[in-house]
Amino acid sequence: MIALSVNGQTHQVDVDPDTPLLYVLRNELALNAAKFGCGLGQCGACTVLLDGKPVFSCLVPVAALGNRKVRTLEGLASPDGKPGLLSVAFETEQAAQCGYCIAGMIVRAQALLERNNRPTEDEVRAHLAPNLCRCGTHMRILRAVRRAAEMMGGGVRDVAEQKP
Amino acid sequence: MVRGTRLAVGIALGSAALLAAGFALAWHPEIERIAPPASASFGRALVLEGEDLAKLGNCAGCHTVDPARPLAGGRALTTPFGTVFATNITPDAETGIGAWSRAAFNRAMRRGIARNGDHLYPAFPYDHFTHVSDGELGALYAWLMTRPPIASRAPPTHLDGVFGFRPLIAAWKLLYLEEEPLQADPAQSSDWNRGRALAEGLAHCGGCHTPRNSLGAEDKARAYDGAMTEGWYAPPLNARSPAVRPWTVDRLHVYLRTGLSPAHAAAAGPMGGVTRALSEVRDEDVHAIAVYFASLMAPAPAARQDQAEPMDRQTVAQHAHPEAAALFAGACAVCHEPGAPMMQQGRPPLAWGTPLQADNAHGTVRIIMEGLDSPAGATGPTMPAYADLLDDRQLRDLTAYLRTRFTDKSPWSDIDAAVAQARQGKAK
Repeated sequence: MIALSVNGQTHQVDVDPDTPLLYVLRNELALNAAKFGCGLGQCGACTVLLDGKPVFSCLVPVAALGNRKVRTLEGLASPDGKPGLLSVAFETEQAAQCGYCIAGMIVRAQALLERNNRPTEDEVRAHLAPNLCRCGTHMRILRAVRRAAEMMGGGVRDVAEQKP
Repeated sequence: MVRGTRLAVGIALGSAALLAAGFALAWHPEIERIAPPASASFGRALVLEGEDLAKLGNCAGCHTVDPARPLAGGRALTTPFGTVFATNITPDAETGIGAWSRAAFNRAMRRGIARNGDHLYPAFPYDHFTHVSDGELGALYAWLMTRPPIASRAPPTHLDGVFGFRPLIAAWKLLYLEEEPLQADPAQSSDWNRGRALAEGLAHCGGCHTPRNSLGAEDKARAYDGAMTEGWYAPPLNARSPAVRPWTVDRLHVYLRTGLSPAHAAAAGPMGGVTRALSEVRDEDVHAIAVYFASLMAPAPAARQDQAEPMDRQTVAQHAHPEAAALFAGACAVCHEPGAPMMQQGRPPLAWGTPLQADNAHGTVRIIMEGLDSPAGATGPTMPAYADLLDDRQLRDLTAYLRTRFTDKSPWSDIDAAVAQARQGKAK
């Protein structure tokens, strides 16, 4: 048995140590927000937070977790089940088309805004670059992140401040 | 008493003479400012030749930080003597080189002296540019002067201790700056000679691949023996090459042109940028560089025995590092295990790559932690960064596992240091 902490709860799972975290989330814990996209760490559909940092869960063997804490899109919702702030912003901006990439996009954006709710447009773009969207809703995704930053009392700055 | 006085006067006179000589060596006049030359004053063919040469020299590698502000400088280069900031080489008259005449440009490129007479630190590889012809310098000047001027002042460079005193660079030049151009070697082909001129000159390959002495000069006796540069290991390009498959002209040509050799590995670290630049220059020039380095690596062990089958000591490695074997199976095997989809696309097995064969763990550790950018010429998967996926102990264990499984070389003793250094670099 392997113990892991997901969204504040500890789970015991009976899987091989090399099983990717993504499979454990979806198949053992019924947490289906993170998606299997490429399985090669190229697309970001499986992104979850590991101690607050975005990682590709398809490439994290469950044995590598140790005491580190996993958060998924489900864990960003409030305890009474209301969607998290970023989910609301994505919905308001209608940022999903097929929706397959969106859980990964939201989780990665969450990591940025938790650290810095006043990023520049360039920082947002660079931060989200590892996650792919095949529908082409990038502009809406960017608007949703901007909206979420504003809802958090920050905002996205248009121009990088000139360094002296 | 009288004798003592004479001695004192002698010493004083001697010191004064030395000082005067030193001053004469160290002091160079300012070259008068010019109005930035009009773009139209340069022929199009000359400008295009200059663009090729700038890519061969990878000027942007140091002088560009933000792709939206090309050549505006500001990149910090970490050296054992302190941090050197690359300067703005756009034709902005105030903050760039817009006021530099051809004479000022040539003096900077060949002798490392700025227009205002300051000595430039040899992080700027003028010790190589002495081998660049006048015609080529003219083309480079034409290209640089026709770039969009960008007003941007790079942070000033202040090196540690005495190294902060620029006139001392004159003494360095006296010791290490060879001002004579290379003589062609009639025993070699014209391709080889062109390749050598480029490699020793503009492309300044030794800048990373040749170890430096205590004063930061390339140690010519150990040319291309391999060296650490900015936390990356630039491998040997001579008989000491640790490659397990021969670097033939064709393989080098493909590698330099595309950033990926199916018989070796993908270009990593600063070499990624070098190969992306080389993917856009005249093919003959890249081929010539390949001819030159293939000849230097001809005496390397791999050249005598081509390892046709990649080494794979899976059982040995599994016993030595059982935890890492599970990490590899869950995190790496999906691309790197024999038979994985990526391996069907002609990507090289880990056993053929130079990083795992090298004398130190730095390359392997940094590639795992930071991932790799796509090679210039390839489509398909790229190596993701694992720094946030694995902790230090796991990285250490996995690195040791890879070395054991895919090589028969002795274990590395510097993995901890390499991981710590890569973490520190990331924290900056």
